Amino acid sequence: MLELKGITKKFGGKTILDNIDLTVEDGKILTIVGPSGAGKTTLLRCISGLASVDAGQFLLDGKAFDPATNRDNAAVIGVVFQDYQLFPNLTVRQNVTLAPTMVLKQAKQDANEEADRLLTQLNLRDKADLFPYELSGGQKQRVAIVRALAMHPKLLCYDEPTSALDPDLRREVQQIIVKLRDEGITQIVVTHDIPFAEAIADQMLRVEPKD
Amino acid sequence: MHYVSQILPSLISGTGMTLSIFFWTIIIAIPLGILVGLGMTTNFKPLTWLINIYVWLMRGTPLLLQLIFVFYGLPIIGVVFQRYDAALFAFILNYTAYFAEIFRGGLQAIPEGQYESARVLRLTNWQTLRKIVIPQVVKIVLPSIGNEVINLVKDSSLVYVIGLGDLLRAGNVAMARDVTLIPMLLVGVIYLLLTAVCTLVLKRMEKHYSYWR
Ligand SMILES: Nc1ncnc2c1ncn2[C@@H]1O[C@H](COP(=O)(O)OP(=O)(O)OP(=O)(O)O)[C@@H](O)[C@H]1O
Ligand SMILES: [Mg+2]
Repeated sequence: MLELKGITKKFGGKTILDNIDLTVEDGKILTIVGPSGAGKTTLLRCISGLASVDAGQFLLDGKAFDPATNRDNAAVIGVVFQDYQLFPNLTVRQNVTLAPTMVLKQAKQDANEEADRLLTQLNLRDKADLFPYELSGGQKQRVAIVRALAMHPKLLCYDEPTSALDPDLRREVQQIIVKLRDEGITQIVVTHDIPFAEAIADQMLRVEPKD
Repeated sequence: MHYVSQILPSLISGTGMTLSIFFWTIIIAIPLGILVGLGMTTNFKPLTWLINIYVWLMRGTPLLLQLIFVFYGLPIIGVVFQRYDAALFAFILNYTAYFAEIFRGGLQAIPEGQYESARVLRLTNWQTLRKIVIPQVVKIVLPSIGNEVINLVKDSSLVYVIGLGDLLRAGNVAMARDVTLIPMLLVGVIYLLLTAVCTLVLKRMEKHYSYWR
C-alpha cells in the first residue's frame, strides 16, 4: 500500500502540488487525470523519486520512505515513460536484463529466462534480439513495461501511456494494464484520456491547476 | 631508386618518432578528454570555469606556440622537460582540450530521459555511464574524433620546432643536403599512408557501431 501525506511541490515559489493526500491499495489501479499543466507528471515524478518534494511524506506498506534516495530492492517503483526511453544501444532483451543483472545481481541466465517469459507474455518473443529503432511505438512501449516489470516493482507508474497510440493499441495497453492488475501489481496511470482512465481505474485522482 | 633506398632508413626512423608522438597522445589524451568532458557537464561552477579557461587557452593559441612555451618557457619557472617529453606533454595538453570539447558535445546530446530511466531502474551513476551513456557518446563523437586523429598525424610534424627528428624533419634534412625534392615526395607518400590507415581503422569503428541507431 502506498500512502501520500501532505505532498507539496513548488517550482520557484509557484505551488504545483498543494498538500496532496492519497492512498493506493495493493493491486489497484489509480488514474490521475486533469488538464494540461495541472501537475500530473510532476506528481508522478515525485512518487518515482525523479523530483524532490518540498513537504509531505511517502509511506510504503506503512513505512516511511524517500523515493528520491530509495535504493532498497524491496521497494522498487517502476516507471514507463511517455517516450519510453529505451536504451538504443541495447537489444530488447538487453534492455530488460540490464538492471536485473546489475542491480538485483541475478545470474545472466536467470535474467534472460525471465526476460523471455515476460516478453512472451506481452507478445514480444520474436523481438528479443532487435534494437529499439527496429520497433513500432506500441512495441517500444511494451518493452518499456517489460523492462520495468523485470525489476519486480511494488508499484508501476505510467505517464500518458496512450498519447502516442492509435485506438487499437490503446485497447491493447488497456488490456495489459488490467491483466497486470489481476496479477496483483499496483499501478498509477497519468492520462488526460478520460474514457481510458474510467475504463481502467479502481480509483481516480483529479488534479487541478493552482493559480 | 638507389637514392630512395639510401634515404629511406632516415625517413623510417623519423616516422618512428611521428608514430610515437601520435600513439602516446591518442592513448593518453582520449581518456583524459573523456574525464575533462565529463567535468564540463557537471554543475560544479569552479570546475567548469577552470576547464573552460583551459580549453579556451588550448584552442585559442597555435599548438606551435604551446610547444615553444612548454620547452623553452616552463624551464624559466623551474619545470624542465626533455625534448621528447616536452613535445608529448604539449600534444597531450592540446589534444585533451579538443577531445574534451567533442566529448562534452556528445554527452550533452544524450537526452535527460536516458539518465532518468536508468535511475528508476536503480542503476548506479557508474553503471549508467558505462552501459548506457558512453556507448551512445562514442557513436556520436566517432566522426569528430576521427578528424582530430587525422589532424594529429599531420600536427605531429610541429615537433621540429623544439628540435625533435620526426618524419618531416628527416625529409627536410635530406632535401637540404642533396638539393632534391624527392625526399619530400616520399615524406608526402608516407603521411598519406599513415592517414589512410587511420581512415580505414576509423571507418571500421564507425561500422562496428552502426548496428544500432
Ligand atoms: N522542472 C520544472 N521547472 C519549473 N516548472 C515546472 C517544471 N516542471 C513542471 N513545471 C511546471 O509545473 C506545472 C505542472 O507541470 P506538469 O508537467 O506536471 O503538468 P501535467 O499535468 O503533466 O501537464 P500535461 O497534461 O500537459 O502533461 C506546469 O505549470 C509546469 O510549467
Ligand atoms: Mg504531463
